[in-house]
Amino acid sequence: MPVFYGTKVASPLMLGTAQYPSPAVLAESFRRSGAGVATVSVRREAGGERAGQAFWRLIAGLGVRVLPNTAGCHSAREAVTTAQMARELFETDWIKLEVIGNADTLQPDPFGLVEAARILVAEGFKVFPYMTEDLVLADRLLAAGCEVLMPWGAPIGTGLGLLNPYGLRSLRAHFPDVPMVIDAGLGLPSQAAAAMEMGFDAVLLNTAVAKAGDPAAMAEGFAKALEAGRLARGADPMPPRDMAAPSTPVIGKAFL
Amino acid sequence: MKITVNGETRETASETLGALLLELGHGDARVATAVNEAFVPAAARNGLRLAAGDRVEIVTPRQGG
Repeated sequence: MPVFYGTKVASPLMLGTAQYPSPAVLAESFRRSGAGVATVSVRREAGGERAGQAFWRLIAGLGVRVLPNTAGCHSAREAVTTAQMARELFETDWIKLEVIGNADTLQPDPFGLVEAARILVAEGFKVFPYMTEDLVLADRLLAAGCEVLMPWGAPIGTGLGLLNPYGLRSLRAHFPDVPMVIDAGLGLPSQAAAAMEMGFDAVLLNTAVAKAGDPAAMAEGFAKALEAGRLARGADPMPPRDMAAPSTPVIGKAFL
Repeated sequence: MKITVNGETRETASETLGALLLELGHGDARVATAVNEAFVPAAARNGLRLAAGDRVEIVTPRQGG
């Protein structure tokens, strides 16, 4: 199982908590997924509805580790303040750091990301940066003190899968000992299996499960795919080849 | 005095952030706060004096991905 900042988590699946049809479906999806980490957020309370307090009780009942995010922040300063509020609310120094640079693609702002990561690491946060698969950005984030990297598979909420396998493989190969999570863009369990086969340690997803017709079944599907991918990675897969090679022995074939 | 709370302008008689939270019914709730874009820890709320024009953010745990 993956280890992040010295903490072993129960599963390579990190599951978001947004967009489910109901709290009951959310809870059932977590149960069937076996996810070890739940991503959460901080938001303004609307009116006097106290929805935040009810959500807190729901999350506390899941029995999983929480990873608060800074979703929607567009500057390092905004992300730092949001992280500080999240640390107090959720009583954890883990933070999924999002600094968005483009409103259409929700692509991370690499400059703001490094700036915020440096500040947060100095303040004792354990930073999980949502990043592009850029190798140089990875280098800068590691230098800033991040011990985990979270490259995107595709833009958030698209379900497009692993858009740049070359870049992701390159990232994995350059930093073999850094825990890495594919964060965002996955739509199907097969894409999560591919990420694990590439050597990634975990995946973080939300929409693919929450917006499925049967979220709990999809959550279980992802869990099984992750296990398949992890086993395949550890089993040293055969190299692909261009020419056919018979798997049945030629020797002893009847001469007809 | 006039302040802004979660993006909405409002009148308050509360002199501190702690008093404002009580006034708004957040006394026993799990919330986090920032004033003028700077985080204010729970332990510092009663000592933080509000001034006219302050921008107060009060947030709670919510769903996220």
